[in-house]
Amino acid sequence: MNWFYFSSPTTFYGLAGRLAPWFFILAAALAVWGLYLGLLVAPTDAQQGEVYRVIFIHVPTAWMSMFLYFIMACYCGLTLVFNTRLSAMMARAIAPTGAMMTFIALWTGAFWGRPTWGTYWVWDARLTSELVLLFLYFGYMALANAFEDPRRGDRAAALLALIGVVNLPIIYFSVQWWNTLHQGSSVSFKGTSMHVTMLTGMLVMSASAWMYAIGASLVRVRSVILERERRAQWVRNLPEAA
Amino acid sequence: MSAPTPKRHQASGSFSGGFSWAMARDLRLAWRHPDEAVLTVAFFALVASLFPLGIGAEPQLLARIGPGVIWVGALLAAFLALPGLFAADYADGSLEQMTLSPHPALGWAAGKVAAHWIVSGLPLTLLSPLIGLQYGLAPDTLGVQALSLLIGTPVLSLLGGACAALALGARGGGMLLALLALPLFVPVLIFGAGAAEAQATGLSAAPHLSLLGAALIAALVGLPVAVGAAVRIAVD
Repeated sequence: MNWFYFSSPTTFYGLAGRLAPWFFILAAALAVWGLYLGLLVAPTDAQQGEVYRVIFIHVPTAWMSMFLYFIMACYCGLTLVFNTRLSAMMARAIAPTGAMMTFIALWTGAFWGRPTWGTYWVWDARLTSELVLLFLYFGYMALANAFEDPRRGDRAAALLALIGVVNLPIIYFSVQWWNTLHQGSSVSFKGTSMHVTMLTGMLVMSASAWMYAIGASLVRVRSVILERERRAQWVRNLPEAA
Repeated sequence: MSAPTPKRHQASGSFSGGFSWAMARDLRLAWRHPDEAVLTVAFFALVASLFPLGIGAEPQLLARIGPGVIWVGALLAAFLALPGLFAADYADGSLEQMTLSPHPALGWAAGKVAAHWIVSGLPLTLLSPLIGLQYGLAPDTLGVQALSLLIGTPVLSLLGGACAALALGARGGGMLLALLALPLFVPVLIFGAGAAEAQATGLSAAPHLSLLGAALIAALVGLPVAVGAAVRIAVD
């Protein structure tokens, strides 16, 4: 078996096209299940009332915002070390989804903060570092598209993404290092302080966000491949290019 | 019997050779064209004097916002000096010649950043107590403020140097550089302004200064490699 068979844009284009719908179906099914658990089954929170149900969007998107940056940075590392073409395309494809997840996490956080903290925004360590993450995604996308030569954009943006990785532990540990307004995590590998249906709903929604992110990245990477390889013969032979 | 190893005649590069060469060259250039360094310092003084005019000149208010304003002003001045670091050498091809030199990019890129800090970050640090006096900061706060700038501005130069090299020849110029560099400056700003702020409110500045020092050590270890790699990407 050739492990690198799908590392070529030519072969990966077809594979991504075949896989993407399945990830979207999985994402939709998990979202239905997760929202059912979160909005109908899970009990009302003793302190926060119904408002806490934002958690079923807020926490999954916040997790994915950090996780997608990590995955993007891994692809960027592969780009710089092995100079592989597909990894740079994957990093480009992941960035907009990551930025969207970061934006949703900040936005839902603001709507959660208003009734519970009394304010949409505070300059708390967690919020500030998550905002920096959003700008890192924007900077990555802007730099990647700022050059005539796309390969130059790939490599420059990859290095920027790797420098930005230092922000990830700052976001993750910010609630422990600075004991400011954003609450600590209720979930850890040792256990949880949450009601079990709340936790299940949150994890199911996270899985849904994860599957959506994979599906969206696969669709986007197909566009990137087509754009880069538009002069190649195999693209011209595609039925959709005719 | 092995033959004696032939004496090598080609120039061999080293980190220190490239570092001292690039630093001496850039300092000599800055000395002969002092306007850029003067402009950086003038910008800093100008921005710092706009705030009392815009916000109001009550002494208590000024002493309260002083540390933060001085740090933001220094940060913006250091940021505006960044394009001068590589742009001219990139435009006239010197940067390409440097990458062909036997010295590793890590060395001479670090030398250029060091020279840049001496021309921009160091004058800002030296000027900061004077601006602090205008804001009515206490003497001990002035000292902590200058110390935090002394530790923090090299980090800004290193981070900014990497971003400036990445943005060479890119569309979007200065705005793009702002989008790349300013988010990375945020932690330095928080700890730097936090140190003087803590001192002014009677708390210990030591935790902030320690974190700033840790950031400086991490930057000194990691970022010269990134600057060198960024220059190579720009020139390839």
